[in-house]
Amino acid sequence: MSESSWFRTKPGIFTGIAIIAAVLLILPFMLASVGTAWVRITNLAILFALLSLGLNIVVGFAGLLDLGYIAFYGVGAYTYALLASPHFNLHLPFWVILPIGALLACIFGVMLGAPTLKLRGDYLAIVTLGFGEIVRIFLNNLSQPFNITNGPQGVSRIDPFTVGSFSFSKPETLAGLVFSGPIKYYYLLLLVLLVVIVVNVRLQDSRIGRAWVAIREDEIAAQAMGINTRNVKLLAFAMGASFGGIAGGMFSAIQGFISPESFVLVESIMVLAMVVLGGMGNIWGVILGAILLSFVPEILRYTVEPFQKAVFGKMLVEPEVIRMLLFGLALVLMMLYRPAGLWPSRTRRRELASRDK
Amino acid sequence: MDIFLQQIINGLTLGSVYAIVALGYTMVYGIVQLINFAHGEVVMIGAMVALWVISSLAGGAMPPVVIVLAGILCAIPVCMAVGYTMERVAYRPLRSAPRLAPLITAIGISIILQHVAMLVWSRNPLPFPQILANPIFEIAGATISAVQIAIIVLSLLMMGGLTLLVYRTKLGVAMRATSENPQVAGLMGIDINRVISMTFIIGAGLGAMAGVMVGTYYGQAHYTMGALLGLKAFCAAVLGGIGNLAGAMLGGMLLGVVEALGTGYIGEITDLCHVSGISTALAERCAEDGHMVVFGSNYQDVFAFIVLILVLVFRPSGLLGERVSDRA
Repeated sequence: MSESSWFRTKPGIFTGIAIIAAVLLILPFMLASVGTAWVRITNLAILFALLSLGLNIVVGFAGLLDLGYIAFYGVGAYTYALLASPHFNLHLPFWVILPIGALLACIFGVMLGAPTLKLRGDYLAIVTLGFGEIVRIFLNNLSQPFNITNGPQGVSRIDPFTVGSFSFSKPETLAGLVFSGPIKYYYLLLLVLLVVIVVNVRLQDSRIGRAWVAIREDEIAAQAMGINTRNVKLLAFAMGASFGGIAGGMFSAIQGFISPESFVLVESIMVLAMVVLGGMGNIWGVILGAILLSFVPEILRYTVEPFQKAVFGKMLVEPEVIRMLLFGLALVLMMLYRPAGLWPSRTRRRELASRDK
Repeated sequence: MDIFLQQIINGLTLGSVYAIVALGYTMVYGIVQLINFAHGEVVMIGAMVALWVISSLAGGAMPPVVIVLAGILCAIPVCMAVGYTMERVAYRPLRSAPRLAPLITAIGISIILQHVAMLVWSRNPLPFPQILANPIFEIAGATISAVQIAIIVLSLLMMGGLTLLVYRTKLGVAMRATSENPQVAGLMGIDINRVISMTFIIGAGLGAMAGVMVGTYYGQAHYTMGALLGLKAFCAAVLGGIGNLAGAMLGGMLLGVVEALGTGYIGEITDLCHVSGISTALAERCAEDGHMVVFGSNYQDVFAFIVLILVLVFRPSGLLGERVSDRA
């Protein structure tokens, strides 16, 4: 059963969608009344949802484990940062850079995928992991002898998105409501997320989407059905990478500052944890996973810190460490007890449940 | 000083460590076709336990050699226990699950081990106590330290011991039978679960030794040290042909030498001043600085991955391995 037919058979669902839409539209103002920081956190959560959806194409749909996914995010982020900051004194508009970033990430994806996709899945995992490391090493060191990436200091004063005189970073008042920078970005991100979800849903049911699932289930059978497995896998890789590139560009603009620190292995694993926790292959599950895990550090900060201070009088275990331990545990426990995720896709559940393979 | 010979010596030292770690990967892979992602963390735990024991005993009445031995003898059982538990908890229940599942639990285990180590020991790199005298010898213009000699000799001994174990003992026969065909081996009366557990335990024991060696060599230990070391060792195992013991040894040594030579010479090779004739601006800068290095020795960690990708493209079965590019 596909998402779209389910959509059609239940007209009452439109009321539900209207309610969700209304909540999403007023959400930033509610958050802003608590603190602008929460709007920023929500924005990051949406960015991670974008990233997870990209990785979901590779891991969830096509069943290829990519452990260097954050590298594509980094490529997109650095493309934006270098083409729209005082670093090279270039200030191209974002609608020019984002496609360039997506294309570059896509090229990197193909370059990486081409030699390794004919090999077994676990090799791909290691090679992508190595690739992620290589990208980080290059970002860190490409400041000598020509200063390209500005090394570990990173690139700062990156331009925000602007359309004509409308800048996403300046607050504006409209009909008595203050639209601060983060709130504007929130709506933009929400729009992009919506587009990406639609693209994903359509992809999933398309010829390509079905080919990906076929390869994931049984590569030899898929090949026998006339699927060019190598090209289709490469396509999954390239598409996942370009989504990462776009998310990276937006990250750059929103943060205004990036450094290689943001593109380390831990981040790749975090995105993977989001996909695995939510439910590999299920778009809604993945979004759920991304939002849950994005808020974990904040929730820990507000619960673990006061708790430890109250009980032990000081901080014994930092929230950051607890977060990583929770990620690790989540990965292990999910695979052992609920391999299809919190919100599994039906086919994936069937596949992962069959242990007598 | 002869730089070339020096780099070879350094490369062989590091290569011995890679080889010992690579053996852990290749043994497990040969038997259960699983990349034990968390093996690097076992190495790190080995280094940490040894460091802890050695620094708490150091300064006492015992002679330094005994203290180091005590450190090693504590590290090995701890790592073996970690390896055994890992297999029992995270891999055995998933043995017949799709390939992606144990790979993901392995990543989870690796994160957990790293952060537990960080909580138990330290967030910062700890100095590895250097209590043994470390005289330096000179051969043909290059130097070699006693620690380097010890690392190379111990590694060779361990490799020999492992070869004997695999080819001359009953357990070795069982291991080889299991890797050939687990079902049939089971029918022949071999306890497969025991053999797999033993493989993890032996691999972890070797990992502990590697941890002590690398800690002594670099003079420090850190909770993240296992990740990169493990990755490089995996590259070495693939270079030699994964699943193949001799391949892991050869691959480790070769990778160590390639990395040392690469790091030693990349700066000189990519010095743009060799071709300073192509532009006057370049010639001016070269006249000022003398060098204009594009890729310096800070690219050290890139070589292993380049080797890995080259091997996978041109000879996926590795130097000594059988064909592995079959689709699972």
